[in-house]
Amino acid sequence: MASDPIIEFIDVHKWYGAFHVLRAINLTVGRGERIVVCGPSGSGKSTLIRCVNRLEEHQRGVIRVDGVELTRDLKSVDEVRREVGMVFQQFNLFPHLTVLENCALAPIWVRKTPKREAEELAMKLLARVKIPEQARKYPGQLSGGQQQRVAIARALCMNPKIMLFDEPTSALDPEMVKEVLDAMAELANEGMTMVVVTHEMGFARNVADRVAFMDQGEIVEINAPAEFFAHPQHERTKAFLSQILR
Amino acid sequence: MAVVAYVRNALGPILPPPLARRGAIGWLRANLFSSRWSTAVTLLIAAFCLWTLPDLIAWATTRAVWRAPDGALCRAHQDGACWAFVADKLNYFRYGSYPQAERWRVDVVEGVGAVLIVWLLWPRAPRRGFGAVLFFVVYPIVGFVLLRGAEIFHLPLVDTQLWGGVFVSLLTALVGIVFSLPLGVLLALGRRSRLPIVKAASVVFIEGVRGVPFIAVLYMAENMLPLFLPPGWIPDRFIPPLVGAALFAAAYLAEEVRGGLQALPRGQYEGARALGFGYWRVMGLVILPQALTLVIPGVVNNFIGLFKDTTLVASVGMVDFLAAIDNGLKDAAWSGPTLLTTGYAFAALFYFVFCYAMSRYSAAVERRLALGRRQ
Repeated sequence: MASDPIIEFIDVHKWYGAFHVLRAINLTVGRGERIVVCGPSGSGKSTLIRCVNRLEEHQRGVIRVDGVELTRDLKSVDEVRREVGMVFQQFNLFPHLTVLENCALAPIWVRKTPKREAEELAMKLLARVKIPEQARKYPGQLSGGQQQRVAIARALCMNPKIMLFDEPTSALDPEMVKEVLDAMAELANEGMTMVVVTHEMGFARNVADRVAFMDQGEIVEINAPAEFFAHPQHERTKAFLSQILR
Repeated sequence: MAVVAYVRNALGPILPPPLARRGAIGWLRANLFSSRWSTAVTLLIAAFCLWTLPDLIAWATTRAVWRAPDGALCRAHQDGACWAFVADKLNYFRYGSYPQAERWRVDVVEGVGAVLIVWLLWPRAPRRGFGAVLFFVVYPIVGFVLLRGAEIFHLPLVDTQLWGGVFVSLLTALVGIVFSLPLGVLLALGRRSRLPIVKAASVVFIEGVRGVPFIAVLYMAENMLPLFLPPGWIPDRFIPPLVGAALFAAAYLAEEVRGGLQALPRGQYEGARALGFGYWRVMGLVILPQALTLVIPGVVNNFIGLFKDTTLVASVGMVDFLAAIDNGLKDAAWSGPTLLTTGYAFAALFYFVFCYAMSRYSAAVERRLALGRRQ
């Protein structure tokens, strides 16, 4: 899988003003690979994945997504964003549109799909995340877990090659976390390339191909889950895991 | 020890709330008499109403003079309104000095405009897109031709100096409202832009216009527009005040809309960008629908103010509704002590009806939009 890279970070640095938030990031994600990124808060994990679809701009280094380098060029950025779907911690659904309209909006306006086709696609994907009956409701009328699954369906409607998840379950009540993780696991089973920032170590163990630990802007360690959890190599990783896995 | 049962083993009966807390009595108790202070204020206001209102209502209705050929009857009955004056001058208040034979043209333009506006504002009306094209493109051209006149259609020319009254006020307000909304939105987006020239231009325009009274904007439009535009570009002396009204309202609207843009969480913008939408699609499909909904109270507030501010076009020579009433008051045949009050009471009633209709409509729109976003 590493021989067919779909995301490449080559010596990437980023600063917020004077604060060095990403330091010498070197990461290659292969097609169909599932990467889980974990680490303490402020370690730069969200910034890392937001650089993949250029919601954040890096100042040094090269980021390539499916062969397209991310630069100031807006056209290439929009091209990349069409192929990369993102699911946010705060869902970011559009409250003034129904669930169905939320999902069908991007195919209609970005891929120029006819309305009926786009709505059929949206219904299909809502069925896949197991909430087709909510199609005519507004996001405000759904529970957190349902909203996050709508967000996943909305991202999938653009038929992306990569799915990014920025702490998708951190804002959910515990009883709803499982339904979202199940939807994500199903997605992984179907061969989607996924980069997930999460604190759910169970998910990392079961679904990830590799788990990366980030601290203070660097990727400290990255390994297959079995090795990562059983034999962490760095002190910082050991300290973090001892706090998380109590 | 006696056995004490403190756990129910069957559901209790469902009871209605006590009589004093529901229905009309409940409402009165909660809203008007909820505390000693509230009760005192209610009684005070009730006393004030009883003291003033019956007299006011009598002045306007039972003691008023409804029909008279001139002011003699009004001068005789000085404790009532002189509605006969309003009845006599009604056509002048509606049309100004527009020639009598051509007044049907004004009626047609007003009627078509009313139909189109209702069509556009009715939430469930069919084919509103088509209506929008008619209203924003076809109607202005047709309306202008009809009102002004054109030889080709055998419509005699009516110079704008003869225009006056209600339809001038409505026309100025309508043009101001319709043109200020898109311009205001563009200015708000421009002010939030990261491009320095666009941002600077927007700020200069907004702050410049806001720093100047409306009447000064009208004077500047009247005197400076002919300097900026090549001769012959201003087909009519009515155009500068209309332009002035639109620009003035746009500057205020821009700040309202900017408030709404700032109130939206950044995640909305990011969510839309992450889906691959470009800047204008993000704004048009996601951000502006939400931002404009948020600022409806402020924007309608602006429109209501603008509607009444249109009276200032009188200072650049157009005879608006209030100016028409002023002109009517100068008629010697009707002079009398109740004339002024009656005239301005009628003006107040006219403005109140339109402004209240606008505010009721905006409340209905807000309620309807809130239903869809019930949290």
